[in-house]
Amino acid sequence: MSENATPRPPIESGCPDGFQYMHPVMVKNYGNWAYHEDPEPGVLLHVAKSGDKIWTVRCGTQRILDLFTLRKLCDIADEFADGYIHFTIRSNVEYMVADEAQVQPLIKAIKDAGFIVGGTRNSVAMISHTQGWLHCDIPGTDASGVVKSMMDELITEFQEWNMPNRVHITTSCCQINCGGQGDIAINIQHTKPPKINHDLVANVCERPSVVARCPVAAIRPALVNGKPSLEVDEKKCICCGACFPPCPPMQINDAEHSKLAVWIGGNHSNARSKPSFQKLVAAGIPNNPPRWPEATAIVKRILKVYKEDAKDWERINDWVDRIGWPRFFELTKLPFTKFHVDTWRGARASLNASTHIRF
Amino acid sequence: MVKKYETPMLDVLEEGPWPSFISGIRRLADEHPKEMIQEMTHSLLGQLEHSYETRKGYWKGGTVSVFGYGGGIIPRFSEVGDAFPASREFHTLRVQPPAGNYYSSGMLRQLADSWEKFGSGLVTFHGQTGNIMFIGTTTENTQHFFDEINQYGWDLGGAGPCVRTAMSCIGAARCEQSCANEHKIHRMLVNNFLDDMHRPALPYKFKFKVSGCPNDCQNAIERADMAIIGTWRDDMVVDQAEIKAYIEKKGRKYIIDNVVNRCPSQALSLNDDDTLDVDNRNCVRCMHCLNVMPKALSPGQDHGITMLIGGKRTLKIGDLMGTVVIPFMKLESDEDYERLVEIAEETIDFFAENALEHERTGEMIERIGLVNFLEGIGLEVDPNMISSPRQSSYIRMDDWDAEAEKWNERQAEKAS
Repeated sequence: MSENATPRPPIESGCPDGFQYMHPVMVKNYGNWAYHEDPEPGVLLHVAKSGDKIWTVRCGTQRILDLFTLRKLCDIADEFADGYIHFTIRSNVEYMVADEAQVQPLIKAIKDAGFIVGGTRNSVAMISHTQGWLHCDIPGTDASGVVKSMMDELITEFQEWNMPNRVHITTSCCQINCGGQGDIAINIQHTKPPKINHDLVANVCERPSVVARCPVAAIRPALVNGKPSLEVDEKKCICCGACFPPCPPMQINDAEHSKLAVWIGGNHSNARSKPSFQKLVAAGIPNNPPRWPEATAIVKRILKVYKEDAKDWERINDWVDRIGWPRFFELTKLPFTKFHVDTWRGARASLNASTHIRF
Repeated sequence: MVKKYETPMLDVLEEGPWPSFISGIRRLADEHPKEMIQEMTHSLLGQLEHSYETRKGYWKGGTVSVFGYGGGIIPRFSEVGDAFPASREFHTLRVQPPAGNYYSSGMLRQLADSWEKFGSGLVTFHGQTGNIMFIGTTTENTQHFFDEINQYGWDLGGAGPCVRTAMSCIGAARCEQSCANEHKIHRMLVNNFLDDMHRPALPYKFKFKVSGCPNDCQNAIERADMAIIGTWRDDMVVDQAEIKAYIEKKGRKYIIDNVVNRCPSQALSLNDDDTLDVDNRNCVRCMHCLNVMPKALSPGQDHGITMLIGGKRTLKIGDLMGTVVIPFMKLESDEDYERLVEIAEETIDFFAENALEHERTGEMIERIGLVNFLEGIGLEVDPNMISSPRQSSYIRMDDWDAEAEKWNERQAEKAS
């Protein structure tokens, strides 16, 4: 085609200026907000030092948006919310209005369109997730499906203020953990070493890079059936799957042996305690599409105990810090195993070197 | 004829009260007027059902980019393309959102119209790296879609071993806790490194994230190679009348249990007359009391930022938090912002020269030690960078006197 004859050099404009798409009340009061209130679940009221007010209505969507849904979100913005849309880090949609009288009609329009108002303050927020089988090249499960299944069950917790503090749930489809840290994380945990297709390794994989990628130096070059390939020391292998992305013939995903694990206590905030990483609480959970009922049941069990036992403002990590891990396992009735005792770098710091024991 | 597939497992995900991504994809497949979109999405549903049945993924990466760039596209070729030919090529374009993720409906409609011409009709705001993800197009249409949206103001983000798309919170635009101009910091940093973003040549990825206060809503400390967190260094602002109003509403016990006793450095004390004392020298700016009583307590007025370097996820040596490398710096004058960019440049240059292949900044620092890294980028050690001093005596320190003198000189300089 003639239009392709001279390729167009890109305009390296980078990150666009957000002020052009920002609600005028937010532009006017930029950097000059006084306080906020939470009039009802899913609704925020921010008051500026100038006295200006802006109401925000937050709603959950399916995150993987089709164009019909995207345009529906735009229609709501045009009709009820001055034409502006903000997306939160957890892929919720936020509409802002400067007139209190617009809030209830906006909420009604959002609900009528099938979206779910909530996700503020001490609710279970939208589960942040990754691409999964829909689009990732290394996934052990389908994040979108896990999230849809869980949010169906946790919808009331999203819509109401039922929790001691906010709960951020994340999912990840491999052990790289792109979903990030969460109060509760549902992540793939492989339990068998990769299955290697030795016919393909030499042509597909840059072997030294794959050897270097292994966290425990379990991979070495080898001749297999006369062909250059790689072999795995299965006694050393921790089944993490790090070799699979650079070397697809080292298949780590397994219909039966790729399981789900649940981790708790990841918290990004500096509030009260320093930011914390999530800790293993349950594993060996079947990766069971299309609804993953076993994983959801464990998440709901943890949430139930947290809701009953934690004090106001305690995130899950704050709560467990107060009651101790033995009590956590006692209350949740989750089995405590040898796999909970860390063996990785710095593991000694996680051992109890004291007589601080609760009875 | 558009080819359709049986999807009994996916059909189950159309049930239930939460909005269903399967229903959305199916609507494109069944109702979208454009045959290309129908074919691609039917085929996608077919492959996804196959994944659900076999519990395996069938996408493979490859090399696809647009003219002039080396990255920004997530190439996806189907391993089962013969069975699902219409989604054989199903690449994602990573497009940088405006800092803070603000959109007008007009701009979203313009993007939707372009995507309808060239893509599958699926889009996500946003992926975990902060990009708009336009999911599903062919190698050829990748270029056409980019050409069109690039003309009206959108640029690709990062993919591969490069500077990645940055993220920043809503911050000063709508949050009373904000202590920084997140928007300006975000754009200054990332737009200074567009060459390093579009032409991947670093040892591995490098991420900037900006949060306006220590609540760190962008998870910057846990996820960013360079985390910029707004903070303040003068006294927090206390409205004693609002404290009293809060006690009246919630009760004295509630404020003692939930505010005073939850202060991690015991810097709060409730007086007999229901006023609140704050020991500002011992406040660690954790944000808890401000979160509980946003009307009564506010950040101080002497704003600045704390910088932490080296946060990352699990691969390869395990999860790492960022480490403080700048406890506080003002960001007011042009020179202040220039200094911030300069530190980022020093960091990325040092990372490019010293990290091993596929090693993140945090892992590099773990390997070479924080002090070597600080010396490499020209920053001085500071006790705010550590939780506690060294516990082991196994270190050679015969130039102790010279190092102590450096500290004394810096202290004298600060005092003068």
